[in-house]
Amino acid sequence: MNRFYALVGVLAVVLGIAVFALLRSGGTAPAAAAGPPPTVVDDGFRGYTLGQGSARVEITEYVDFECPVCASFATIQMPTIKEQLINTGRVRWRFRDYPLPIHKYSRFAAHAAQCAGAQGHYFEMQDQLFTHHQWAQTGKDPSDLFRSLAQAAGVDVKVYDACQEAGRYAQRIEFSRQEGDQLLVDGTPTFFANGKKLEFRRLPGSDDFKVIVDSIIAHSH
Amino acid sequence: MRHRQTIALLALVGLFVALYLWLHALGFGGAIKCGASGGCEVVQTSQWAVFLGLPVAFYGVAGYFALLAVAILGLRLAALPDRKWSVLLAGLASAGFLFTVYLTYIELFVIHAICRWCVGSAVIITLIWIVSLLSLRSPAIRTDRATSQPPRDLPA
Repeated sequence: MNRFYALVGVLAVVLGIAVFALLRSGGTAPAAAAGPPPTVVDDGFRGYTLGQGSARVEITEYVDFECPVCASFATIQMPTIKEQLINTGRVRWRFRDYPLPIHKYSRFAAHAAQCAGAQGHYFEMQDQLFTHHQWAQTGKDPSDLFRSLAQAAGVDVKVYDACQEAGRYAQRIEFSRQEGDQLLVDGTPTFFANGKKLEFRRLPGSDDFKVIVDSIIAHSH
Repeated sequence: MRHRQTIALLALVGLFVALYLWLHALGFGGAIKCGASGGCEVVQTSQWAVFLGLPVAFYGVAGYFALLAVAILGLRLAALPDRKWSVLLAGLASAGFLFTVYLTYIELFVIHAICRWCVGSAVIITLIWIVSLLSLRSPAIRTDRATSQPPRDLPA
């Protein structure tokens, strides 16, 4: 019996070391992605939007740039949604940041998008981040890659660098995340239609949004 | 006894698998180590990664810890012949197994992604469940003094 308890002890130590090593092998985060800012101030910003201001339906999406589901939604479903719902004036789509704590670089990616947005290239940068989403799988510091993506998005890289180093929009991103917490956002992507949280039994597609939008417009007559 | 020892060892391994996933869910460490498929990220960032306000991995940590504790307590000499420890282990293992079946269904048919760590945990809890059922069918170990003490020398 004593040999059994010795085996349990040795196994616990080996497994503990293995878990510690797994958690430590994640790399170093750049300054702007180090974590939430010490203070949060509401700068009045409520997210970049696609679509017309007169649209009857507003979909708000809480997004995490490192989340693979958000990336597949953006690259597979959004083109159809843009074509059928946004470009036809039926829907306005609002993007809010909700960086999950399990993602090391999602805050940094959101900040990169905001810095690009300050130069009028938010959606181009968003496309770059989601289209070249391999960065989210490697666990490596993506600073240099994001710089290249910003350049490809048409951003002035010197201004972008200064924005990233200063962490200029860190408070804005944290404000958005806290807003998501208050709205009971529990994962990404989470969607709201005219302020009402949408619950899906599976990952939604463009057809799901078409049904929702049709229903809201039909009931608003 | 062998059954409870096996359950204790399996629960210990499961405990550390769940602990890694839980600490990762809390933001410790970098990207999850999951191979090139990235299925763990898909699963861990989905809305089904949270159950009743807590990361699913937390329930794994709590469940495996409970199984480990009950198995170790059931290995005390006084507890060995007592069948209630085997019943308790089978109950806990069945609850864990059913929860795992639910999570695996969500992975396969809703999220359409497989997390290798979750598969590892599913295999461990399934083994624990099988062993716990086998232990229910085994006869109780007798440790009463009449049979455990050596026979006395008879007077010549």
